[in-house]
Amino acid sequence: MKKQVSQNMGFGLLFLCISTTIFFLGSIIYFIAIRGFRILSWDFLTQVPREAMTAGGVAPAIVGTFYLTMGAILFSLPLGVACAIYLTEYSPKSFVVNIIRMSINNLAGVPSVVFGLFGLAIFVKLFDFGVSILAGCCTLGILVLPQIISASQEALLAVPQSYREASLALGATHWQTIRSTVLPAALPGILTGIILSIGRVAGETAPILFTAATFYTRGFPKSIFSEVMALPYHIYALMTEGTHPQEQTQIAYGCALILLALVLAISAAAIIIRQRHRKAYEQ
Amino acid sequence: MYRIREKIYKGIFTLLAFASLIFLVGITFTLFIEGLPVFKEVGFFDFIFGKSWYPTYEPPEFGILPLILGSLWVTFGAVLFCVPIGVGSALFINELAGKRLKAVLKPVIEILAGIPSIVYGFFGMVIVAPFIQRLLGLPVGLTAFTGSLMLGIMATPTVCSISEDALSFVPRSFREASLAVGANRWQTLTRVVFPASASGISTSIILGMSRAVGETMTVLMVTGGAAVIPHTFFQPVRPMTSTIAAEMGEAVMGSTHYNSLFAIGLILFFITLVFNVIAELISKRYRKKLGLGR
Repeated sequence: MKKQVSQNMGFGLLFLCISTTIFFLGSIIYFIAIRGFRILSWDFLTQVPREAMTAGGVAPAIVGTFYLTMGAILFSLPLGVACAIYLTEYSPKSFVVNIIRMSINNLAGVPSVVFGLFGLAIFVKLFDFGVSILAGCCTLGILVLPQIISASQEALLAVPQSYREASLALGATHWQTIRSTVLPAALPGILTGIILSIGRVAGETAPILFTAATFYTRGFPKSIFSEVMALPYHIYALMTEGTHPQEQTQIAYGCALILLALVLAISAAAIIIRQRHRKAYEQ
Repeated sequence: MYRIREKIYKGIFTLLAFASLIFLVGITFTLFIEGLPVFKEVGFFDFIFGKSWYPTYEPPEFGILPLILGSLWVTFGAVLFCVPIGVGSALFINELAGKRLKAVLKPVIEILAGIPSIVYGFFGMVIVAPFIQRLLGLPVGLTAFTGSLMLGIMATPTVCSISEDALSFVPRSFREASLAVGANRWQTLTRVVFPASASGISTSIILGMSRAVGETMTVLMVTGGAAVIPHTFFQPVRPMTSTIAAEMGEAVMGSTHYNSLFAIGLILFFITLVFNVIAELISKRYRKKLGLGR
């Protein structure tokens, strides 16, 4: 009997835990959705800010986030996937490769603000890009590089060894095997990793604080060497700078809703692709 | 012909792989080069254990103990929140949720783990901080407690998701054996399944902690930013990450202030390095124990 009671209490406790998780995460989404919707309109998405950031839209910030994200992925995608292919397909299993693997894993956990410091010292100052889209893209690209490498590596390692052996046995060369057999099989996994990194880059703020972002630009960015507005930084700036906290908070709600919807949609897409892929493998 | 092409491809991949490694190694070097001068100028002990951080005063003081303690308090508070809730949620998803509910909850939690930190910071600033201020009658709502709470909520999906992975690795036979000798589900869960996945769960906790220590925007917005040694949870603090983020804009390049912010970055780098190495060692041992080696 006592056994039964403690089981019920334990299960009740677990139910409480999951409810708490859902409650907190749900209320964040609820508040931002409700209050963000009030200000959201076509003009909000397509106009530039007006009247000292108290009216108008946030189009430059949306465009800026798009540029930064695309640039970062363009930078890190070839490097990251190539690195993963080298590590899984070409490199001999050795002590050195193990060290490389470990350091990539560790870099994935380094705080994003530290990447910002690196971007400031190298891209902004040493390479003299200045505070610019280019410097921001490079910094963000390096930030997600470890993530892209390890996701691609995992996808490549999940391809059964027999695929490679079959292809080689048919007389295909090493590169032909990789291109026509291994990569197509690993593609959904690699894609998931890349989409997840897109979501992460779009929401990152700390790395662009001192490498790319600014509170206000006149219109849209003109070249890759110009400063840029970005959604996440815009939220921060609206809350900490400026002179009209009341109106600015409303706009920040709108920005937060756009950002949240964007990031959640991206990661939902990635996870759906992965689950489909997993099912296909299991069958 | 083929052989030459093969060599070229291998060469390209090797080159690109090492190019990305150069960037990754470059981070460590940059931090050392820009950060180490401070240890020489201020002195290692005075820097780490100095009790006051007044980088812009005359004469300036560069003691980062208040910042380290700020980070520790906030992280500790976050862990107190996210570990029980996150692990409990994982146990619920693994054991109690039916197949359908699990198929919904697991991906939803994973998707929620991707909410950007700026959103937590914003939410903490406009909703949670005023609420806590009114609830507890504090002079300000932006405190270490608010920071802990927001970081805790933020790390919960991560902890939950990785813990659930660890729980699902426990072989079915473990459960069946326990149920067969007459244990009920709760006893099986707490005495067989949980211990068997304990090292996997502790990995999730360490990764959650590492995320909390390194988190920047959330703490920058909700902890208040006072660089004093904290005495209670209900006063403003200034963790290391938010110090870097808040002050880098105004630090003059090459000044002691500039270098000291890099040195803080270096210390953060080492803290997360230690966390990650521990997590890796634990998960390696755990894989061996359950025979999941790859």
